[in-house]
Amino acid sequence: MNPLARIGRFFLGFLAHTGRLAVFIARSFVAIIQPPYYLRLIGQQMIRIGYFSLPVVALTSFFTGGVLALQIYYGGNQFNSEAIVSSIVALGITRELGPVLGGLMVAGRVSAAIAAEIGTMRVTEQIDALTTLSTEPFKYLVAPRVIAAVISMPLLALVADIIGIMGGFVVGTQSLGFNPAIYMQLTIDFITPDDITSGLIKAAVFGFIIAIMGCYNGYHSAGGAQGVGRATTNAVVSASILILSANYLMTSLLFSS
Amino acid sequence: MTDMIKLSNVHKSFGSKHVLKGVDLSVEKGSSLVVIGGSGSGKSVMMKSILGLLTPEEGEIEINGHQTVGLKGGKRDLVNRQFGMLFQNGALFDSLPVWQNVSFAAMQGSNMPADEAQELAKESLALVGLGENVLDLYPASLSGGMHKRVGLARAIATRPPIIFFDEPTTGLDPIMTDVINHLIRDCVNELGATTMTITHDMSSVRTIGDKAALLYQGKIIWTGNVDALEQSDDPFLVQFINGLADGPIEIAGA
Repeated sequence: MNPLARIGRFFLGFLAHTGRLAVFIARSFVAIIQPPYYLRLIGQQMIRIGYFSLPVVALTSFFTGGVLALQIYYGGNQFNSEAIVSSIVALGITRELGPVLGGLMVAGRVSAAIAAEIGTMRVTEQIDALTTLSTEPFKYLVAPRVIAAVISMPLLALVADIIGIMGGFVVGTQSLGFNPAIYMQLTIDFITPDDITSGLIKAAVFGFIIAIMGCYNGYHSAGGAQGVGRATTNAVVSASILILSANYLMTSLLFSS
Repeated sequence: MTDMIKLSNVHKSFGSKHVLKGVDLSVEKGSSLVVIGGSGSGKSVMMKSILGLLTPEEGEIEINGHQTVGLKGGKRDLVNRQFGMLFQNGALFDSLPVWQNVSFAAMQGSNMPADEAQELAKESLALVGLGENVLDLYPASLSGGMHKRVGLARAIATRPPIIFFDEPTTGLDPIMTDVINHLIRDCVNELGATTMTITHDMSSVRTIGDKAALLYQGKIIWTGNVDALEQSDDPFLVQFINGLADGPIEIAGA
């Protein structure tokens, strides 16, 4: 094929995909705002997305906090500024690593699960069945997952913040010889409510991305088991990339002043 | 007699593939139409167009005298509340137990309380020969025949005036095929519903149908009473109902 035609085809495909995603997001917003509200389904999804993600998020943030403490200590050692360990760990965890790593871990776990579940429903005609039973699939399938993810992710990020700081605290006091009381005091003194809220806002946006990408890829899956597998992979990859790029955008917006 | 379902010059394409090429078809109130046709002839596309799952580019689809093409949201829901549908593979919701599958439309559409919904499920399951022991089972633990029966119970649960059956006996053994065919016929007779069935299975045609239509290459090329099927000398029909490789029907992929 002509290379120009190939580029053109890729570009047109990209535009079509973007347009379809935009329409999907718009329909999701309408489904979220308009009744009926499936509160029981939102609760179920919060348990699946939030509660069952706790162990993986907790472990990730604990070790990340610990590693951060070690790296800052070794780096700061060269400039005699080891004392900044606690404050930088707290800042790094609350502003960036808590929400971002939590988001990436949940993207791997939840986005894939949502895409696989909705994709299977698509290829086995269960979504068609919903429509014929006068139930709008966006309200029944998409809205509860998006709402649950947007509520659950900040809660998970808060847990990640606390456990990440504890990871730094454990390594700092047990391995690097910091005084526990001073370490905690420096953390509390340095961290501000804005550091925490900016991380929680990011987490809510990441929750939206995770749920939307899972639902979108699942909803548009086709071609049997192979199609569902492809949707699952696409959901995780697209959610992860969007989380990282949205994080950059939000950091530049939230901290530009 | 009035037409409950009426299709006029319905066209549907997917890209360059023109699947429905001007379908004209009607189903009288209280009658049972069976649409036969080979794989890829457009049967499922036609049914999905009637159900509003696909939107035809051209033509009209009337349900009980009301135009339905392009209806969306609440208006479409009102039309769909007149429908019951048995999908080819059941399409039961994996995450819900049998009783919630059966009474799904009543619970979601009419906010029926759970205890009433369970009673409704019991009644509908009894109509298809299933007992209370299946109420709390999940679809993954049902056999193929039970899957179809639960799907049938769901299709008739709200006592809809119009019921669709998409290849109701596909994948079943001959005995279960006969059981399902008779269940469909008995349920439909009891409810007095108008039905449309698409199938390849001639035993289903003879058991379920009052009338039959042959869809070939996106057009209805024969309609008539089921009794007239065997007497017809239409070469397409003769080839199809006798399952002959030789004849005017072009075999896809051959």
